[in-house]
Amino acid sequence: MGKLTKWLSSTLVVGMVLGVVLWGGFNWSLELTNTEEFCISCHEMESTVYQELQETVHWSNRTGVRATCPDCHVPKEWTHKVYRKVMATKELYHKMIGTIDTPEKFEDYRLTMAMSEWTRMKKTDSRECRNCHHFESMNLDKQDERSAERHDPHVWEVLDGKEPSLTCIDCHKGIAHSLPEGWEEAVENDPILSAGLEAVAEEESSE
Amino acid sequence: MKKIITLLTGLALSVGISLSAVAEIQSLRGSLSLDSDSQSFEKRKQIKQKDGFERSYKIQPPMIPHATDKDKITLKGNTCMRCHSEKNYKKEKAPRIGDSHYIDRDGNKLNKLSSRRYFCNQCHATQVNAEQLVENNFVGAK
Repeated sequence: MGKLTKWLSSTLVVGMVLGVVLWGGFNWSLELTNTEEFCISCHEMESTVYQELQETVHWSNRTGVRATCPDCHVPKEWTHKVYRKVMATKELYHKMIGTIDTPEKFEDYRLTMAMSEWTRMKKTDSRECRNCHHFESMNLDKQDERSAERHDPHVWEVLDGKEPSLTCIDCHKGIAHSLPEGWEEAVENDPILSAGLEAVAEEESSE
Repeated sequence: MKKIITLLTGLALSVGISLSAVAEIQSLRGSLSLDSDSQSFEKRKQIKQKDGFERSYKIQPPMIPHATDKDKITLKGNTCMRCHSEKNYKKEKAPRIGDSHYIDRDGNKLNKLSSRRYFCNQCHATQVNAEQLVENNFVGAK
């Protein structure tokens, strides 16, 4: 083997090994920021929304199947995940300037934060909910009357391949954290979040 | 005098002792020995019934026939109103809150839920399939 080829092949091997180590390291550290411990390392989160989560069904339930912060707030697909991580620099900035670092400031900001999350979920058709809840596989016979009646038309929409008129977050607001004051009005007045809901209201009142 | 008293006391004691020998005196603990585990009660499930429960009295607050474990009433919000408010009850096919719920303590009629009736659970309760503690044939005044 000539000197050049030898040099090239050894560089290639070293490069490949280094690449694996560095890329793996990058992903590993990225995943560290996707853990519950990381999220609650900020007291703004730990003393407010984390406490509220502990009263809900996603924390403790009959089967013990549960969700923590990243399961609902961080997308699982790599592209969406990295996009979210880039946008998270906004959160780092606000942490630095202390936008929500007291309970009073947090409560003032709660509606804004909730609306932003609800909008994100509405736009992605509740993608993070679907990480665990496969809508088409829901056994409506096992649900309470109240739930089955409401899920039924949407299951059929999905099975018929139609555009979903409503998504999980439209009805299940407040499933994990406390509802902000004045949320109903804010949702009504928001064009994105109220889409689909007024159609249901009209349909029901004309029946 | 003293003789009569001692005689009566002796009589009472002997009767008491003989009775206790026949009927085992039980404390509130029951017949469990001190070193055994206490009896745990049977778990009872909530009754979820379509179209609610029959009331025993005319203006009895209706009993809750559905699950409420995910609902919360806090100072910030009342999730019961997501189905039972004036605005939502038709769409959700749920009973509307009664007219008495709109009256404040001065007797004025409000157009929203009065704070006197804000905490639903003070009057409305879920039901559980527990049998009567004492058998009876009670019939309410309907």
